[in-house]
Amino acid sequence: MARSTPEINGGSLADIAFLLLIFFLVTTTMNVDTGLARMLPPMPEENQKKAEQDVKQRNIFTVLINKSDRLLVEGMPMEVNMLKEKAKEFIVNPNDRADLPEKKATEIEYFGTVKVAQGVISLQNDRGTSYRMYMLVQNELVAAYNELRDELAKNKFGKLYNNLPENEQKAIQKVYPQRISEAEPKTVGGKK
Amino acid sequence: MAIFKKKGGGSTPQLNTASLPDIVFMLLFFFMVSTTMRETDMKVTVKLPEATEVVKLDKKSLVSYIYIGSPARQYQAIFGTDSRIQLNDNFRTLVDIRDFITSERDALSEFDRAMLTVSIKGDENTRMGIITDVKQELRKASALKISYASRRVEKDN
Repeated sequence: MARSTPEINGGSLADIAFLLLIFFLVTTTMNVDTGLARMLPPMPEENQKKAEQDVKQRNIFTVLINKSDRLLVEGMPMEVNMLKEKAKEFIVNPNDRADLPEKKATEIEYFGTVKVAQGVISLQNDRGTSYRMYMLVQNELVAAYNELRDELAKNKFGKLYNNLPENEQKAIQKVYPQRISEAEPKTVGGKK
Repeated sequence: MAIFKKKGGGSTPQLNTASLPDIVFMLLFFFMVSTTMRETDMKVTVKLPEATEVVKLDKKSLVSYIYIGSPARQYQAIFGTDSRIQLNDNFRTLVDIRDFITSERDALSEFDRAMLTVSIKGDENTRMGIITDVKQELRKASALKISYASRRVEKDN
């Protein structure tokens, strides 16, 4: 009789299949929506308008983007890659300079009394500014805050900000509160 | 000679198909897990801008989307190439945003209403004018929690 070739043992095929299944399960990430989170200011009431303009000039960090996507930061033209450093300097005001934001001593958990700078970053854009540029600038400003928070978290707790428990994150948020104001739209420089 | 003949004459062995169901199930599971249903079909083309400092939007049920971008090719004959707003499945204008937010709010339970987040999915080549207008409308509708949808890229330091 002819010697038939032995059957291939298929018993372990299922195991291989499961192995693959688990591999894919672990490595596929479902596409999560990501984005820069922002709070819009509430619509001002009619009689409220006056009070808002009382912020001191030294406490405002003005970032203007014009319709050809050029930046004007505190009255000076600037490239986007310089913006982060400039913003960080503004937020911290390390040398208590008189033209940078004033500080207010605040009691904060874990840190004791900290002088918190009262600066607000004001971002203004033209109607013709491209969304790409706008996001680039937003991203740089958020990056400035995140880097400062990370630095502080590293020094104080020895961990990155994102890995801290919630109450410690809250404390750091109080030291460096994220104040980015997206200004009321103004029609300057003509329409597109 | 006879020996060679014997060797060549054997019929091809049947392939064992016992594990075929496993493979099929594996594929099934894989696709079940990795597909996310697209709830709306896109009428505008949106290429999200890049950002490094993005945060995840959790709780999908609390997120409403506003798409802003140039109309897809098949609609360009009617709507042109200028950026337009898409809410749900249709082209809409600025005035419809308030109704949209109201209906999105009504769909949520009372407890969740304050948590409603609006994700603005703007194309990177859009001009800020239309986005500012949308933001103003959102403020009027007091939907203040927004997120600028963006693609995550790694930092290049």
